[in-house]
Amino acid sequence: MYKYDQYDQQMVDARVAEFSDQVKRRLAGEITEDQFKPLRLMNGLYLQLHAYMLRVAVPYGTLDSRQMRMLAHIARKYDRDYGHFTTRQNIQYNWIKLEDAPAILADLASVEMHAIQTSGNCIRNISSDQWAGAAADEITDPRPWAELLRQWSSFHPEFSYLPRKFKIAVIAAEEDRAAMRLHDIGIQIVEKDGVHGAAFYVGGGMGRTPMIAPLIKDFVPLEDMLSYAEACLRVYNRYGRRDNIYKARIKILIHELGADEYRRQVEEEFAHVKSLGIDPPKAEFDRIAAQFAPPALDASAPDEIDRSDPDFAVWVDQNVAAHKVPGHAIVNISLKPVGGIPGDASSAQIDLMADLAEAYSHDELRVTHAQNIVLPHVRKADLYAIWQKLDAAGLATPNLDLISDIIACPGLDYCSLANARSIPVAQKIAARFSDLGRQKELGELKLKISGCINACGHHHAGHIGILGVDRKGTENYQLLLGGSGAEDVSLGTITGPGFDEDGIVDAIERVTDKYLAERSEGERFVDTFRRVGMAPFKEAIYG
Amino acid sequence: MVERADNQSLPQAEGWHTDGEEPCVTLDAFLSQSNATAVRLEPDEDARALIPHLDRLTLIEVAFPKFRDGRGYSSARILREAGYAGELRAQGDVLVDQIAYMKRCGFDSFAPEKPLNNADVEAALSRWPEHYQGAADGAVPIWKLRHG
Repeated sequence: MYKYDQYDQQMVDARVAEFSDQVKRRLAGEITEDQFKPLRLMNGLYLQLHAYMLRVAVPYGTLDSRQMRMLAHIARKYDRDYGHFTTRQNIQYNWIKLEDAPAILADLASVEMHAIQTSGNCIRNISSDQWAGAAADEITDPRPWAELLRQWSSFHPEFSYLPRKFKIAVIAAEEDRAAMRLHDIGIQIVEKDGVHGAAFYVGGGMGRTPMIAPLIKDFVPLEDMLSYAEACLRVYNRYGRRDNIYKARIKILIHELGADEYRRQVEEEFAHVKSLGIDPPKAEFDRIAAQFAPPALDASAPDEIDRSDPDFAVWVDQNVAAHKVPGHAIVNISLKPVGGIPGDASSAQIDLMADLAEAYSHDELRVTHAQNIVLPHVRKADLYAIWQKLDAAGLATPNLDLISDIIACPGLDYCSLANARSIPVAQKIAARFSDLGRQKELGELKLKISGCINACGHHHAGHIGILGVDRKGTENYQLLLGGSGAEDVSLGTITGPGFDEDGIVDAIERVTDKYLAERSEGERFVDTFRRVGMAPFKEAIYG
Repeated sequence: MVERADNQSLPQAEGWHTDGEEPCVTLDAFLSQSNATAVRLEPDEDARALIPHLDRLTLIEVAFPKFRDGRGYSSARILREAGYAGELRAQGDVLVDQIAYMKRCGFDSFAPEKPLNNADVEAALSRWPEHYQGAADGAVPIWKLRHG
């Protein structure tokens, strides 16, 4: 894991001092809320329906146990004893007092964490593959590249007042576990002639105008990556629309210019930027990469798992994934118990996960964009002990990638932008499909719920997506089918007229019944949908 | 008020310009009139149009009608990267919390619409001892400090 040196620490410490000063001036009335807003946003502090919400960055979703325990401490001391893990691998606290924010940031800085650029029209936290460094299918660990981007984008003087927010994801496997092409810049580390480089996909995103990012450059050498990113951003900063907040994301610029014209402008800017020497030497990449060296895992550790406890065996089959080193496994901890709030964890649960990471996973945890937690480096021989502890804490729900492993935004229960509640809908769907046998029969089915058109719940990318809207003062839920945020990326299509809260649950059941009737051998829900199209599903839903 | 980045206050600005200095002309006027030495650049104007003329310019004023409009940061860097060595002034909705970034992008004077508190300016400009990335202020980026 990356460890701060004196420079990294000095940056977050300076930020705490700066924000403490800004809060002081705001509380003293020296600056207006309008002037304070962009400053608090760049420190992750939103004003929501009931209170301030603080979003803490978890760079590329990687944490150690000390950092995880600090997240629990913040939940206990400053919030209502829980936190909410987000689709950008961050954590949010929903009940924060403005006057506590500087102390929270100081607590975070003491464990090499921060809330820098977790909101605002700047480059946001860099996200990545939650199985980085452990997945059998990666060509390299993408996180050193992500860390290089993190440092380059932190306090970037030119790109802190962009037309709109800017999200970057980095992956290094063919299987896309980070929704890479639904980011403003999605980078896939690829190999050419034995050398690694970055494929740049630019202009993806969800929101009210979802777009899949086109490939802008197939291979940017490591030594040019930051210059290329700088060129991509400069073209956007200069020419992205600022007249309409809903058209200000880079996807609209690229859509309006066309990918070819955008590429031409970036290449022209890149030819200039490359001469400025903004890319660090390979020695800096190597310094960072050395800190992501794989943990010393014993490849001769026993590979068999004792499956004599049937409940344990069910969990192993659903939530444990293959590790690149024999005798080891990746544990996925579901934060989606039936009746729970997707992505929420109590301080006690957060502490427990920290303890497990320290004891069994080389002190590492990951946050996933599906709002779950990962223990990336676990000996198979330890799985049963881990499962028992998770189970006792309500953290052993065996539903990874099943219909109840729902992504949901906070919705109208918390969010000032929302039009409809997301959480109760997620809970009702999970309750309707609570029978695990039934869920397993349905197989991989990614269900994603957003409480407004901004799509924080990734509804466009759900195999089944739900969008909450306001229809003449009542909550109404539109149903989308056929989206995907993975390597088979696609955008869902709306089925037709929307439903009320109970109607949407019934509609989903009709859709899943139809799938079971239509599917061919080995087809996931989304495969069947792609083969047969919308018509049979529409017929099943609306008659 | 116009302030140089070194915190030495210059004479009070009147409207767009400082007493005794040549008034800034618009980009269009500048491009059609060869003898002006001071020009004002609006957010939507291309800084690169000035590149052939940089050696005879002594002042470029970059307009920030709204602090949220960050195009002027790119304009400033483009001008400095092209070798412009004269005064580069940020004018308009320039707030104390933006001037450190502005300075990094190459601005060396500030003409905020609302006067800034000198102590706040000093604190803002001295807040960051080092910087992660190279920009237009000549600061040595952290990666270079790490590797000599």
